[in-house]
Amino acid sequence: MEKITLNARRLLCPLPVIRTQDKVKQLKAGDWLEVICTDPGVMQDIPAWCRINGHKVLETKALDHEYIIILEVGA
Amino acid sequence: MNKQRKAVALISGGLDSMLAAKTVMDQGIHVEGINFFTGFCVEGHTHAIRDKDKAKPKRNNSLWVAEQLGIKLHIVDVIEEYKNVLINPKHGYGAHMNPCLDCKIFMVNKARQWIAENDFDFIITGEVIGQRPMSQRNATMPIVARESGADDLLLRPLCAKNLPATLPEREGWVDREKLHNITGRSRKPQMAMAEQFGFDDYAQPAGGCCFLTDKNYSAKLVDLWQAQGNKKYELDDVMLLKVGRHIRPQPNFKLIIAREEGEGRFLQGYKNEFISMNCSSHSGPLVLIDGSPSAEDLYLAAQITARFGQGRDAEQVDINVMNQDGSERMLQVKPLTKEEIPEEWYI
Repeated sequence: MEKITLNARRLLCPLPVIRTQDKVKQLKAGDWLEVICTDPGVMQDIPAWCRINGHKVLETKALDHEYIIILEVGA
Repeated sequence: MNKQRKAVALISGGLDSMLAAKTVMDQGIHVEGINFFTGFCVEGHTHAIRDKDKAKPKRNNSLWVAEQLGIKLHIVDVIEEYKNVLINPKHGYGAHMNPCLDCKIFMVNKARQWIAENDFDFIITGEVIGQRPMSQRNATMPIVARESGADDLLLRPLCAKNLPATLPEREGWVDREKLHNITGRSRKPQMAMAEQFGFDDYAQPAGGCCFLTDKNYSAKLVDLWQAQGNKKYELDDVMLLKVGRHIRPQPNFKLIIAREEGEGRFLQGYKNEFISMNCSSHSGPLVLIDGSPSAEDLYLAAQITARFGQGRDAEQVDINVMNQDGSERMLQVKPLTKEEIPEEWYI
């Protein structure tokens, strides 16, 4: 299992979702992806994208103007 | 056994594409959504840069629609390819800088490529004859089908009965009788259909889902191109046109002035790429200077910066000027008065 971090800071939605989607295509089922963003919209959009595409959100964190989402790639 | 037919639906996040996809799904077709990001798409999150908009919902409507429909959504970054559509639209612009017809042809063409690569059978859009003045007219519907290369693989379920039968109808993959014959700008038929389907929450974007239909945004884009002397742009240019107050005192430079804290935070991210200013003796906004200003120009920019801070009525304020390399210096200036900033400087 791989754990990868994706820097999506300064990108506005939907670009963080697109970058997440593109990165997930390179990963295998069970891999973890941590996405670090500055657009608060990702807190809605990346979980929504995960739900419709069969991936699992493991954790979401809102820090000081940064938003971190950790997901597990689905089958 | 009959082959399971598959369609890709262009999902904008509005009601029409949602209804079009649902209409075809209900006929047993496997539908997945596709959404193209041009850089000019109107998103709640872009507005959410501003603190005052934080109460607004931040959802992405295309993702939300896909989730309501229970379908996958493929979001495709077409920022680079879209430049040619915007810069050289074969069919021209609409009321502002919106190349709607070329845009629709481009997106349907991209969808056509996508179905070929992914072994899908046809394309669905939520187009309605007479709905939009440029791209959704009786005369332009065949142009979209022809010039996109989709031809009769393009099914418009909301107005299909008013158009010649497409391949999915002729082959019996979908029942034409269960498609619709909506025309015109009235939203009533779509609202009634939404009620039938049990959709009680949906986006109704006034003027479409693109910044290029916005008069003020288009004026800033034209100004950018005039100042550059060409029609090129990068994504950062497109983003910065959405943020702040833009003032151009001279052809060679303009100021981008944060209107509140959220925009200030966003502009902070560009301090390594632009000369920036802020008032150090009083509170005031972060300002980016775009262009090639002379020393005199920077003094004028500092006076304008001072005008938009709390020291606007002071005799003198201190303006901190930061270069892209991080070096700083101080300018002491008298703020311009409101009358000293001509209306035509505002873009």
